[in-house]
Amino acid sequence: MAHISKLDRQRQLEQEEAGQHLFANRVRVYPKTVHGPVRRFKWAVLAFCLALYYLLPWLRWSRGVTQPSQAVLLDIFHERFYFFNLEFWPQDIYYLTGLLIMGAVALFLVTSLVGRVWCGYTCPQTVWTDLFMWIEAKIEGDRNERMKRDAAPMTLDTAWRKAAKHSAWLFIAFWTGGAWIMYYVDAPTVTVEFWTGTASTPVYFFTGLFTATTYLLAGWAREQVCTYMCPWPRFQSAMLDEQSLTVTYQAWRGEPRVRGKRTEGLGGDCVDCGACVTACPTGIDIRDGIQMECINCGLCIDACNHVMERVGRPAGLVTWDTLADQAAKAAGTHAGFKFLRPRTIIYLSALVIAAVVMVGALIMRPGIGLSVQHDRAPLFVRLADGNLRNGYTIKIINKAQSPVTFELTTSALPGAVLTEADEGLGPATHLGLPVRADSVGTFRVLITGLPASFIDGSAPIAFHLLDTSTGETSTYHSVFMGPNNGEHR
Amino acid sequence: MPTKIEKDSVTGEMTTGHEWDGLKELNRPLPKWWIYILYATMAWAVVWCVLYPSVPGLTGYYHGTLGYSQRTTVDRDVAAVAKQRGTYMARIKTLPFADIRKDPQLLAVAETAGRITFANNCQPCHGAGGGGNPGYPALAAGNWIWGGKLEDIQQTLIYGIRSGLDNARQSQMPRFGADAMLKPAEIEQIADYVMVLYGKSNGDAAAGKKLFAENCVACHGANGEGIREVGGPRLASKAHLLGDDRATVIAQINNPRMGVMPNWNTRLDEATIKSVTLYVHALGGGE
Repeated sequence: MAHISKLDRQRQLEQEEAGQHLFANRVRVYPKTVHGPVRRFKWAVLAFCLALYYLLPWLRWSRGVTQPSQAVLLDIFHERFYFFNLEFWPQDIYYLTGLLIMGAVALFLVTSLVGRVWCGYTCPQTVWTDLFMWIEAKIEGDRNERMKRDAAPMTLDTAWRKAAKHSAWLFIAFWTGGAWIMYYVDAPTVTVEFWTGTASTPVYFFTGLFTATTYLLAGWAREQVCTYMCPWPRFQSAMLDEQSLTVTYQAWRGEPRVRGKRTEGLGGDCVDCGACVTACPTGIDIRDGIQMECINCGLCIDACNHVMERVGRPAGLVTWDTLADQAAKAAGTHAGFKFLRPRTIIYLSALVIAAVVMVGALIMRPGIGLSVQHDRAPLFVRLADGNLRNGYTIKIINKAQSPVTFELTTSALPGAVLTEADEGLGPATHLGLPVRADSVGTFRVLITGLPASFIDGSAPIAFHLLDTSTGETSTYHSVFMGPNNGEHR
Repeated sequence: MPTKIEKDSVTGEMTTGHEWDGLKELNRPLPKWWIYILYATMAWAVVWCVLYPSVPGLTGYYHGTLGYSQRTTVDRDVAAVAKQRGTYMARIKTLPFADIRKDPQLLAVAETAGRITFANNCQPCHGAGGGGNPGYPALAAGNWIWGGKLEDIQQTLIYGIRSGLDNARQSQMPRFGADAMLKPAEIEQIADYVMVLYGKSNGDAAAGKKLFAENCVACHGANGEGIREVGGPRLASKAHLLGDDRATVIAQINNPRMGVMPNWNTRLDEATIKSVTLYVHALGGGE
């Protein structure tokens, strides 16, 4: 930008005076309360996000008597994740990978379309900071009052208001920490346990931890989390381009800024009132153009529109627009929005592919799991009758809520005989392996046989598992090992 | 070294004064609390150095006011584990095999203890997982010389084979060739018959069979099926201790190789030997 704002100029002067200072005092931000459609939308998103967060653990979902009845539960102790009618085991962890990939690509897509709306509306840091600021304004007053209060000597009124504010913050922070723990243990149970002092140490520890982090990050750190701690602002520029909708100041309309009374035909629309600056929760001047600190919340739009209305100028001096459209408007034309561009098409395709793969995998997820591991040593032993024997560790996942007997057979090795010593099963051509309800059964199965030939010391063998209660089957392909010299014939 | 702090013409911001081959760095100061946290960690490091072992000396080191040592932690942990194991091992020691196998938890402890003990003590000769090596029986295959029942295995483990103990498994194959008990031609004939027993030759080897009946059946059995009571290995088999070629058989008849297994009663306690017994029995060859 050609011009340098007053704030920047002031900052520069301070720097020049201070000389070589690599660390700066924090400049406290006192955002002014604004009213308008953007603010209302932001309240609505905030209410939705908080309601979701606080209430979701209380949603019940019937799964039968032996299973937890919480709709969303990450049961770490029993290694299960329940999500409505879905149940995930540790073996299903790759769904989490898929979900993370989808989340990342969706973030890329949204950012390239409409800028950092995640940062401005739905990021927990933003949501709780906004909530805490609302409380602050309710108790200590709006921007001017707060600034005056902080500059003035401490009075009884200031003291009780500060105490009330921090108490309210701590209360919400505690509620937040408490809700967090409810995602990991049954909500009603842990609530009773918590207040009767019978909950486990981790419950108290994590409640305390998240109380502390919520209070510190939303109450004290605020915009510094976004500016100094969060990596997202640092690489957001890779997702933004001149076609992305972002909160922009229409410099072509606003410049040159003229304070005070308007004379028709003289100066731009910007009256340099600073309403956009005082409204900003991160303390920047939107008129300096797109900046790392800007979280794209659009509160400056509401603030500016209010002023424009009063001075009788058209709204939208600060508005959602693209850089390309800005350049076109400055040149007297109109560019319009281009939502479909190679970047967004690629992001959208990646998102669709990831979603299709995920949903497909979820639908075709087998109810029984079979894994076969060949013994590492010995690879094989020769028996007196000339047959070879291989050992395998077989794991069978039974997700049913009742014990199931699985029938194990093999193919591709004629005449193979199976033995399971620990259960006293076999030798036989098929084994009935009992697995307890909702658990993984581990069996060591010995297979005796003699393949016609070996290729590089191994012959193929297939394990077939039949769920005798449902008729479901599963196959696992493995190898049967032996000498590679054909000597056994 | 800071050279000249100046205003950057593009951004209008001040530089830090550092310059690397013409590259300059804008001064974007971090918040003060950031550096206070760094100072706090430095102060904590000093506290840590006082509390915990930190400063090396010529003959020792500063132990710290808490007297912490990883060595004592390990000793304590080992003692705790030994105490926990102790109750299981005591039960393994007193209970008969059949009762141990009825208790899945106790059996799991025994087989784990057996597996680790086997890997430390038995694996060099018998191979990982009891796969065997030439001259050292494959325990997983069940080609037992002295018997594969739990009690047999336990007996072999306690007293060993040719270990020098009175109760040790003891067998002695005569040096038929070296002591001139058989003529070289006769030894060759017996070897021919052994090849038939091995299933590698289809001839009748009548001369060898006759000599075998005269010299070998007392230990190896009338049909080469082996006699476990005297530790005579089974010959009518396709799995062999030393090798299945004729030269190996002739060498063995001439001047036999006989392995020695140590007695483990002086090295392992009773419960551990029972654990190894259960583990070996479960490798696949147990009877």
